[in-house]
Amino acid sequence: MSVFMPEVASTQAAQTDGIYFALLALSAIIILLVTALILVFSIRYRRGSKAERGAMPRVMSREFEVGWTSATLFLALFIFWWVSSTQLSALVAPKDALQIHVVAKQWMWKTQHANGAREINELHVPIDTPVRLVMTSEDAIHSFFVPAFRMKKDVLPGRYTETWFQPTKLGVFHLFCAEYCGSEHSRMVGRIVVLQKDAYSRWLAAQPQGDGLAKEGEAVFRARGCSGCHAEASKVHAPNLNGLYGRPVQLADGRTVTADESYLRDSMLMPRRDIAAGYEPIMPTYAGILTEGEIISLTAYIRSLSGKEGSRK
Amino acid sequence: MTDVAVGGELPIPRDPSYLGAGYTVSSWLATTDHKRIALLYAVTITFFFFLGGIAISLVRLDLFTPTGDLLSDDTYNKLFTFHGVVMVWFFMVPSIPATFGNFLLPLMIGARDVAFPRLNLFSWYLILIGGFCTLYALIAGGVDTGWTFYTPFSTMFSNTHVIAAALGVFIAGFSSIATGVNFIATTHMLRAPGMTWFRLPLFVWAIYATSLVMVLATPVLAITLVLVIVERWLHLPIFNPEFGGDPLLFQHLFWFYSHPAVYIMVLPAMGVVSEVITCFARRRVFGYDFMVYAMVGIAVIGFLVWGHHMFVSGQSAYASIVFSFLSFVVAVPSAIKVFNWTATLYRGQIGFEAPMLYALGFLGLFTIGGLTGLFLASIPIDVHVTDTYFVVAHFHYIMVGGTVSAYFAGLHYWWPKITGRLYPDPWARFAAILMFFGFNFTFFPQFIAGYLGMPRRYHVYPPEFQVYNVLSSAGAFVLAAAYLLPPLYLGWSLIWGTRAGRNPWNATGLEWKTSSPPPRENFAAPPHVEEGPYQYHPEGFAPERHYRSQGDAA
Repeated sequence: MSVFMPEVASTQAAQTDGIYFALLALSAIIILLVTALILVFSIRYRRGSKAERGAMPRVMSREFEVGWTSATLFLALFIFWWVSSTQLSALVAPKDALQIHVVAKQWMWKTQHANGAREINELHVPIDTPVRLVMTSEDAIHSFFVPAFRMKKDVLPGRYTETWFQPTKLGVFHLFCAEYCGSEHSRMVGRIVVLQKDAYSRWLAAQPQGDGLAKEGEAVFRARGCSGCHAEASKVHAPNLNGLYGRPVQLADGRTVTADESYLRDSMLMPRRDIAAGYEPIMPTYAGILTEGEIISLTAYIRSLSGKEGSRK
Repeated sequence: MTDVAVGGELPIPRDPSYLGAGYTVSSWLATTDHKRIALLYAVTITFFFFLGGIAISLVRLDLFTPTGDLLSDDTYNKLFTFHGVVMVWFFMVPSIPATFGNFLLPLMIGARDVAFPRLNLFSWYLILIGGFCTLYALIAGGVDTGWTFYTPFSTMFSNTHVIAAALGVFIAGFSSIATGVNFIATTHMLRAPGMTWFRLPLFVWAIYATSLVMVLATPVLAITLVLVIVERWLHLPIFNPEFGGDPLLFQHLFWFYSHPAVYIMVLPAMGVVSEVITCFARRRVFGYDFMVYAMVGIAVIGFLVWGHHMFVSGQSAYASIVFSFLSFVVAVPSAIKVFNWTATLYRGQIGFEAPMLYALGFLGLFTIGGLTGLFLASIPIDVHVTDTYFVVAHFHYIMVGGTVSAYFAGLHYWWPKITGRLYPDPWARFAAILMFFGFNFTFFPQFIAGYLGMPRRYHVYPPEFQVYNVLSSAGAFVLAAAYLLPPLYLGWSLIWGTRAGRNPWNATGLEWKTSSPPPRENFAAPPHVEEGPYQYHPEGFAPERHYRSQGDAA
């Protein structure tokens, strides 16, 4: 970290800084222009000075006004276009991104890797690899903020929010909670540790990891009775979960949605909201029955059925 | 009484001034005189301004060290919440409209009072009741939600007096609505003969545009706070996601009010600055009609940009892009106003008395605040700096650097009219300059700390941010000293100040054509307006000769 700029540790950070410097330069020009005009006028036309006043040329009022109005509008729209076009390309995480689950609660961060390894107030990630965060909160709204990555996303109760980053620098970086969340808001901080890829593999292998998220999910799948309807052998007419993840789903009301984490989560907690076409709405809600952790592992299990990302590393 | 055309002079009223119209307590507390009500508001908001100031002084003192040695976490959270709630709803929102707006709107349009004088008094009682309700919350143990009352924290997790604080703001909201309705009716119905819309001083246009926003936006705040109270008190699930509620709904409703509320705070400031700059540059305002369209444009587009507070909240990325676009568009009319004020100085006869120094301070600080708004309208930068000190610095540049500077410009400009006394100008100029430097000293370091990543509302923080916090805290005490000066010399002037006369600045505008302080009825005879505002020099000519001859006469 320099005195004026935070560390540049992700692909996004470099882009954001580029926009920041451009706007700084533009602002400096405008401030210098306005200040210079105010100073020059204040001195030249101070009360009682000898400066020539004379009549104001008529073009001054109309043409000048129209001129700087359109120039300002054009400038504003140009900046908007330039900034937004860089942003649109970065909306969606790359397909091969490493997936991390984040659960926030007053006042700590719980992170979980695909193989089931858990961390508290820490997250280890490999360098030069896109990392996708799927986040939810157990209480108030929090916000996952890593200044060195120029990345921030609110973490909400009752739904998933997503964001992604690609670290470009080894080291340890601040993780802050940026959305005010009560007494110890300012102590809800952590560390992001960026490792070399092989160091990350070694680190991951050394963690107590249980069975892996998908394996855990499979156990939940049986224990909570999901398998009664959704298992292949079941006689109940329920949607087949094999290969479901990431596919478009036709709904009974004619809409089509993508079966992503949010859809799977809503289907468990609010099964009557988005009913898959061709199925009776007979599934009971699991709100209040499944914990956030169980929902995450169930989602990981369903994802593994599509072969997208399994418990096998 | 006969009508008197303005262009020439009005007869000097013989009646006693509004201050001498009665000396009992009830002559103040039951008054329907817009000028006395303006003073009641002035006393009220000054009280709240210093309360809010004390709260933030403790916060800034605590932030000298990264470990938060002075206060506990909870006390810290309650103090910044108190600062925000009090400053926004009990100082900033009523500041210029309820004091100068109340005092000057009827005077500037040649009326003897506002349209609904009793409703006007009722508005003041509402803000007083609301204020005490919120103060009760403080005394009973405080509120720790931040001024934004975000759910579900405010409804489900905070253990503090959220209901009393929200109720106080709810009640104060009706004060805003009533004042807005009153001012809109006054502007439409009570303009003196000949006072056409495009002869209105820009301050009147500013107050009019502000009133529209107050009337249209504040009801949304009211219902939002009712929903918060209902969910917290009766446990009706509204925002609670466990029952299918949406916590983001709160943010949409809240910012639908609170972004336009920024314009409730800054439009009146633009009005004040337009009056002061023209007077002290001895020039017609540059581009009068563009200034009017710009203010109306800001008031309208200001309703469509609330989503730029929510770029990282989880709202749709495409919605964010639309809000980003509209936020860039709303910057344009503000920029035009800055250019026009600057151009008004061209070929003027510029004097640098205290009101002008405050107004020039506004111009500089508002420009910086506005330009950093472009940073925040850019999604990638906003993602990084939202909820950091960068945002804190940005909105303080607009609201404190902008609006509070303009408030002091107005206070010094109209003080002789309101009190009939002149204050010692050297002291006032010193306070203006001290305020400008104290302000920058306090808030400029926060831009840097924010871009480095220091989150707002942090009681303890990593030590690498300490240097910026020390600068900022030191600046805050310079700023506090600058705020303590005006009450001293202005108070002094009430007793020992020389009499002002009706028009000490040699200004145009109907308010300067009656005595200082004005009588209860404002004018000795109803004025008849025959010319546009800001006749500081004949149209198309330089102010030079005109200024000299007028100056000699005064």
